[in-house]
Amino acid sequence: MTLSLKNASKTYPDGTRALLPSNIEIETGEIVSLLGPSGCGKTTLLRIIAGLETPDDGTEVWFDKDNVTQLPVEKRKVGMVFQSYALFPNMSVSTNIAYGLKMQKRPRAEIEQRVEEVLTLCRLNPLANRAITALSGGQRQRVALARAFAPRPRLLLLDEPLSALDAALRDSLRDELSDLLRRLGITAIFVTHDQNEAMAIADRVAVMSEGRIEQIGSPEDLYRNAGSPFVAAFVGNAMCLGKVVQGNTLRLTGGELSLPDDAGGRGVYVRAEDVCIAEDGPLIGKVESVTFLGTHYRVGLSGVTDSTLYSLHSGLSAPRHGDEVKLRIAPEALMLLAEDKTYL
Amino acid sequence: MRLPITKLLQLAVTLLACAFLLVPAIQSVLAGLTVNYFRGMSSGLTLKWLWKVWELYADSIFLSIWLALACLICTAIIGVPAAYALAKNPGWISRILEEFISLPLAVPGLAIALALLQLYGTLQGFRTSWSFILVGHVLYTLPFMVRSVLAVLAAIDLKSLEEGAATLGAGPFRRFCDIVVPNAMPGILAGALTVVTLSIGEFNLTWMLHTPYLKTLPVGLADSYASMRLEIASAYTLIFFIMIVPLLTAMQWASNRAQRISA
Repeated sequence: MTLSLKNASKTYPDGTRALLPSNIEIETGEIVSLLGPSGCGKTTLLRIIAGLETPDDGTEVWFDKDNVTQLPVEKRKVGMVFQSYALFPNMSVSTNIAYGLKMQKRPRAEIEQRVEEVLTLCRLNPLANRAITALSGGQRQRVALARAFAPRPRLLLLDEPLSALDAALRDSLRDELSDLLRRLGITAIFVTHDQNEAMAIADRVAVMSEGRIEQIGSPEDLYRNAGSPFVAAFVGNAMCLGKVVQGNTLRLTGGELSLPDDAGGRGVYVRAEDVCIAEDGPLIGKVESVTFLGTHYRVGLSGVTDSTLYSLHSGLSAPRHGDEVKLRIAPEALMLLAEDKTYL
Repeated sequence: MRLPITKLLQLAVTLLACAFLLVPAIQSVLAGLTVNYFRGMSSGLTLKWLWKVWELYADSIFLSIWLALACLICTAIIGVPAAYALAKNPGWISRILEEFISLPLAVPGLAIALALLQLYGTLQGFRTSWSFILVGHVLYTLPFMVRSVLAVLAAIDLKSLEEGAATLGAGPFRRFCDIVVPNAMPGILAGALTVVTLSIGEFNLTWMLHTPYLKTLPVGLADSYASMRLEIASAYTLIFFIMIVPLLTAMQWASNRAQRISA
């Protein structure tokens, strides 16, 4: 199903603008992530799509050719996985999964068959008759997904589906969820504040900040062609080197850097993996911290810019604390970004 | 091994307190079972006083049970949706309403009864029917049902559960039946047992509202104390005990369970 949101916005009664007018189009079968820090409006946007939040006048929500803006949530046929899972504690795993089908008044045989099918798909068969309280976090997450998916919704919405799990489980379930969503072959939108999660699962990511959609694109596109300093910093943790007033040279405390283009009025950003420690580098920095991360070292450097600059250094040994090192940054790795557009 | 003096003192105080409560109870039970209380146990034990009570007051017993059940149905029908509405709309209006419902707890039963009499006493058919007493009982027990259900509803994540059901296609009525009521069940059960126990034991209100043909269990008890032999009054107490103790135990169990959920 194609989803299109036109002019979607939400203002709370106290005047807080949770979501500024936003447009988004999502194609059939696409998995889209809404990514942003807490309070950026991503959950509000998801809840407007679900029908759980009443948007401001002027908002239009289209499911294919149906305008569902005025349709209450129970008639929208969306499946939703809640952050807390919201599984019904008074029902077993299979009764939870059957609930949506029961609400559609399907014949009993069909319900049983469909529940069986979804249980198998989510590998929940051995747990079918368990009580919800007897499940682990990961199992609950799968039941929540199965319950949302069973009634064949037009659209699947997931609100921070992994954030209630502990870190180790989260990583393994992330891949599982990505795999499962693709096997289900359903249009899905999921909200997260974790960029790794968004990158791993989504076909397209919408980065949000302060109630606006900053940029929408494939994970690669966002990573390589960040359109704003916020996106560069949030996706891949780009660091600001400084601002150029004019010309194509950036003067830093630790040396001069030549830029690929005239960067007048723009900021220069770089990611830690593009900062190389090299004998012939033009910049000089002092090692402030060294963290061993297995595949590489994360070296914190002072004296290059006003704040600490990080370099991901691979190699068998790392410079020691207090050492002076030379740095090189390839010109093509530098991102020249105009400062944030003026906000309303 | 010798117990330290403090332990001994504690034990003595506990035993004394128990005796203070238990001895009169046992005495009363025995009085209801002896042939002649003034001659004591030597006159022998009998069940005839119990039988006599049954003959005289069976109507009161049935009326009380009937009133308690009717009261339970009314408080459940009014109280559960009321608690749900209060839980769904937190805010100062709800807080005031909740206090308002609880008002009959603070106002003496006699005053409520008087108000009811002033307001509805002239409606002959209503005044002389059992439903007049029922109204008093419902007023008095409703806060217990509402608070008990509200405590459980406040403890569960009602909003998410309802939203979950809504996304699965459940309208407001289905959500109430499938999600709210089953999950509030421990609170409803605890509230129900409290309501039944209170309704059976209620005296103040009922005494003011009753007519000579409508005596509930406690009103009958007062009547038997005032006008019957001591043995009959004591046997009456025994019957009252037999009815109310299992209810009290069940109530304790249910409210413990409800508290575990809301903790």
